[in-house]
Amino acid sequence: MTRDITCHQAVALVSDYLEGALARRDRRRLERHLADCGACSAYLDQMRATIALSGSVGPEDLSNEAVARLVDVFEKYQREKSGESPN
Amino acid sequence: MEDEALLERILGGDHDAFRDLVERYQMSLVRLARYYVKSEASAEDVAQDTWIAVMQGLERFEGRSSFKTWLFRIAANRARKTGTREYRVVTVDPVDPVSSARFNEGGMWNEAPVPFTELINDKLANAGVLEACRNAIRDLPEPQQSVVTLRDVEGLSTREVSDLLELSEANTRVLLHRGRAKIRETLEETLTGGRSWQ
Repeated sequence: MTRDITCHQAVALVSDYLEGALARRDRRRLERHLADCGACSAYLDQMRATIALSGSVGPEDLSNEAVARLVDVFEKYQREKSGESPN
Repeated sequence: MEDEALLERILGGDHDAFRDLVERYQMSLVRLARYYVKSEASAEDVAQDTWIAVMQGLERFEGRSSFKTWLFRIAANRARKTGTREYRVVTVDPVDPVSSARFNEGGMWNEAPVPFTELINDKLANAGVLEACRNAIRDLPEPQQSVVTLRDVEGLSTREVSDLLELSEANTRVLLHRGRAKIRETLEETLTGGRSWQ
């Protein structure tokens, strides 16, 4: 019996598989299924690519005011600090 | 530029380095804070307080953890103090990451999915895929959004994420799984037009 889990069951294991969090028995079952199933291997590729893409999402456009306000706070803090210790 | 190099410059009073660091992490800080507090405005206040704490504490930061871990810990602590999160206990239902309609009665795919890697490499030039991914993350409900942001966008470990959000590791993984599945679905629609299985 090469396929002891279905595709539907396999996709439910993929995220934990990529996290290295599957119990050994489930990992073996999934790997056996993947070795034999191009469709689920494609799904695994989709999940890997999804995770990689999430990792390359840069910062969203931040409002300039929010950043400028924080930089003002930083400048003020620097001035106060140098005022406290004139070295 | 790595965080550590920016921190060196910030310690020397470099405003631009501070701006770069804020731009790098502000979005994720606000999301983490939003997990604990009720409004976007409160979350932005927590993020601002976090940056002030960073300025004040930077000279004492010894680098025993990564800067990122330190930063998010400060934010989580402040957000917890500010927040009155209504859902202390997060209930997590079993996951069905792909619509049952995609499978036949025997549990096999009706129509095989198409690998993303090549499609993404082709389409990255127009940045539309990244934008779709960013929007999909932003559209996730809490707590999935915080989990995905901290784990997949910021690259913290599942353990760190579960500590920051006060979730069990098992629940963190289920939420991660569900969030990733939704993003995958959005990307599939973006990349293939979602036509092949409709």
